[in-house]
Amino acid sequence: MRFGVVRFPGSCDERDAQLAAARVGEAELLWHADPDLHGVDAVIVPGGFSYGDYLRVGAIARFAPAMASVLDFAREGGPVLGICNGFQILCEAGLLPGALLPNTSLRFVCRQVEVEVVNPDTAFTRACARGDRLSIPVKHTTGRFYSPEPVPEEQVVLRYADGHNPNGSQDDIAGVSNPEGNVLGLMPHPEHAVDPLTGSADGLKLFESLDRALVA
Amino acid sequence: MKALVLIRPKAGILDPQGQAVQRALPALGFEGVRDVRVGRLVELEVDDPDRLPAMCETLLTNPLIEDYEIRS
Repeated sequence: MRFGVVRFPGSCDERDAQLAAARVGEAELLWHADPDLHGVDAVIVPGGFSYGDYLRVGAIARFAPAMASVLDFAREGGPVLGICNGFQILCEAGLLPGALLPNTSLRFVCRQVEVEVVNPDTAFTRACARGDRLSIPVKHTTGRFYSPEPVPEEQVVLRYADGHNPNGSQDDIAGVSNPEGNVLGLMPHPEHAVDPLTGSADGLKLFESLDRALVA
Repeated sequence: MKALVLIRPKAGILDPQGQAVQRALPALGFEGVRDVRVGRLVELEVDDPDRLPAMCETLLTNPLIEDYEIRS
């Protein structure tokens, strides 16, 4: 199981995503300017501040050569996980519904939150059961999920548990998928919750789900 | 030719930046201010102004959450 983690100028969580994925399979970095995905089985678009969040979060990164290939990969059913800035990039690219807006509080929020698994039938949540609560940190200023059209229920994958919505996201949505379920975007950082040392290893389940997705 | 693109958050979308500005003004003695919305401005020199709408819709704005106005 080989993961490719795209690295843009300004990405900062690509190494942690690589290390997290490496607990489950092999993981390598994919440079943004390289349109070749090097035959990876799954793609992770990591957190950070690609292009300094200039113009709009994720607005420029979505046009990187690597992202053109990621779009093709996703359309052919390849698993793609967008974390935080990655979620923003996938929304800008039109792979996921909606957009991420500034937090209602206007503050940078950095804390552990609990999310509920609403849909365990996606490539990244198969190792979870419906209703599972995962403890995962968030760290963002622009994480308020908004969609002018209601998101179809089967595409709502993760919701912030009661009282845990850190940013005013509509319907407490923390993560959404595309209709086919092979692309997931979420604001929380599962790559920072893979070892009891940092308080929770719940995030590892998202990476472990990929193994099941391939076996199934 | 010189063009100005005004980018505004779509009506109906919560704009906490606008709210923060609106709250700050009375403290400075400015009363009677309502409905503050904060947007963005892009100035550019273009050879072909007919291509501006496409630029706005592809890169300069996210049409899901923003409206734009082109002024030359």
